[in-house]
Amino acid sequence: MPNMSLKKNEMPTQQPEIRNKNFAEVATGYSEEQVLDEAARCLACKNKPCVKGCPVGIDITAFIAKINEKDYEGAYQKITEQSSLPAVCGRVCPQESQCEKFCVRGVKGESVAIGRLERFVADRHNENATEAPEKPIHNGHRAAIIGSGPSGLTCAGELAKRGYEVTVFEALHLAGGVLVYGIPEFRLPKKIVGKEIETLKQLGVKVETDMVIGKILSVDELFDQGFEAVFIGSGAGLPSFMNIPGENLKGVYSANEFLTRVNLMKAYLPESDTPIQQAKRVAVVGGGNVAMDAARCAKRLGAEEVYIVYRRSLDELPARKEEVEHVGEEGIIFKLLNNPTEILGDQNGFVSGIRCVEMELGEPDASGRRRPVVKKGSEFELDVDCVIMSIGTSPNPLIKSTTEGLETQKWGGIIADEVTGQTSREGVFAGGDAVTGAATVILAMGAGKAAANAMDEYIQKKV
Amino acid sequence: MFKIIKKEILNPTVTLMEIEAPLIAKKAEPGQFIILRTDVNGERIPLTIADFDREKGTVTIIYQIVGATTEKLNHLSVGESLLDFTGPLGTASHTENLKKVAVVGGGVGCAIAYPIAKKLYAQGSTVHSIVGFRSSELVILQNEFENVSDKYILMSDDGTAGEKGLVTDALKALLDAGEKYDEVIAIGPLVMMKFVCALTKEYGVKTVVSMNPIMIDGTGMCGGCRLSVGGETKFACVDGPDFDGHLVDFAEAMARSAMYKPQEREAHEKACNLFKEVK
Repeated sequence: MPNMSLKKNEMPTQQPEIRNKNFAEVATGYSEEQVLDEAARCLACKNKPCVKGCPVGIDITAFIAKINEKDYEGAYQKITEQSSLPAVCGRVCPQESQCEKFCVRGVKGESVAIGRLERFVADRHNENATEAPEKPIHNGHRAAIIGSGPSGLTCAGELAKRGYEVTVFEALHLAGGVLVYGIPEFRLPKKIVGKEIETLKQLGVKVETDMVIGKILSVDELFDQGFEAVFIGSGAGLPSFMNIPGENLKGVYSANEFLTRVNLMKAYLPESDTPIQQAKRVAVVGGGNVAMDAARCAKRLGAEEVYIVYRRSLDELPARKEEVEHVGEEGIIFKLLNNPTEILGDQNGFVSGIRCVEMELGEPDASGRRRPVVKKGSEFELDVDCVIMSIGTSPNPLIKSTTEGLETQKWGGIIADEVTGQTSREGVFAGGDAVTGAATVILAMGAGKAAANAMDEYIQKKV
Repeated sequence: MFKIIKKEILNPTVTLMEIEAPLIAKKAEPGQFIILRTDVNGERIPLTIADFDREKGTVTIIYQIVGATTEKLNHLSVGESLLDFTGPLGTASHTENLKKVAVVGGGVGCAIAYPIAKKLYAQGSTVHSIVGFRSSELVILQNEFENVSDKYILMSDDGTAGEKGLVTDALKALLDAGEKYDEVIAIGPLVMMKFVCALTKEYGVKTVVSMNPIMIDGTGMCGGCRLSVGGETKFACVDGPDFDGHLVDFAEAMARSAMYKPQEREAHEKACNLFKEVK
């Protein structure tokens, strides 16, 4: 008999006033008791509506059925049939707009907490797994993956499972892409990312760090080295700025720089050599998940006041609802319907404030969201010593500029087939933010997986 | 791992290292840079490539000890390895169609100026090298420069090496004597490049400078290395590091380069103390 409670089990979290001073994970995870109670809410629908909401097609009802049998390892195996990074997805997927959105229980009440169940199963496996997964038999073919973010790792995992010899090339010194430089420790512990990558290595995936493809080797040279297909998952790493006066003052960061200093370089640890500004009052400009992450990091670094300056209203905030709630609980102040016009500096070139205008919402624009327009005479100044620009990123042009015949959109995105990831170059596939522009981890994983299928087909056809 | 093949103390604060990095050596061009890390807690720092040997598979770096990372680097010996060594990053210096060039180097900047002078000389361009140091014990790469220059002028602030004066004095004298250059390439401290550019602007000689701002990834991702060039924001790591010196906003670049000065000093002291304790 299913558990007919209308509410999902609440995720245990660190108290806001404690967690906003440390980098430990905010959500501490379900207990076994909670997991069993939550899994019992699943109605095991025959038509599995939840699965169609999952970009990688995890058999959700099947893994939840295994949980109901207390066969957690079986549940893990079910998930990994489709996903290479379960512990990551259980944490950072926007389930509310994917699998959980289609959950029948959500029609009247709250949907089953699929993501939280996935997280439990993956963590349980990672804690207890002693033996390495069996290495698939090598099929004699080689594939190269550029970028070790979610799309690249997924593509690598899928191909490795089919017996390909896969090498992942990463530009930074650590594999994981946005999972290690972007998403903070308190939302996605780096130990977990490391563990998922370790699992891929056990499947035979080789990871080569410090390799900036386009510089040290070109895509053409990868083919010369005997790789039969190449996947480009180089992400959308180039930060955008607003082009307002004062943006080059000291104390203005792109969210990328700020987050990289904090997450990848661990600037908050005393033993790290990487410096970061000890800001007292911080304005984060933007309303996406990245802006939320930056604001929460700033708070944890010891800032007294942290503002999120966003030009639209709460309803239009692109960040996940759960994250927005966490941000509010942690004492971060939303300055909604506010837009910066200038960053002010002191005589030493450091940020001393930010000038903003108030906005009101007009007619919907091309994105369907109501367009913000400036309220006349509403100018005001916020007293801050640090500004973090989190208004988006665009794809890195390094590979495009060094790969002849690789076609891109005007804004830099690589043109790739929506289903297969096939680019304008034979044997070259692409996916993730490098194709779509900044999106989510799971969409990138979906693209990586689809491309792996297409690469497999492409290579097998050539044989 | 990237093994240290050779280590040579060039002057009390400047050291040369040859690093085993065959793939980078194969692609490196003058003007490009690498990013290195010495250890797991280490910072990523950019250093311009001072030389490379494609056959031997080595890349040469020359660094001045200024902070924790360079201090740590300097405590490594031949046979030991760097944890990370990434490159070649940035765009190569343009040397094509340059028939006569004045290469101006200041201090440790000479390490970057040298491979460019070498390339120009090898392609048959006339090279006038003007190099400046504070005093004689700081002079580096004298033989190397002399071997690739049609004219080599050594300047020092205190007159203990070459002529007393600034590189701008020597460059001005050459320009006044009627030397016509297709381009002046100036590499050194920001303040030196600023004054070289002020001078050459007056004389209408195109001037290229090599910028070395604070950066993390070196691939365009962090934007920390941004600078204003002709009123536009550029990323030194991907758009440069070479820029038209007459368009660079040096005041802004100087301010930005001082962003972490206090932290840098502190980290350096911490590193020094650590090494003292070890001894």
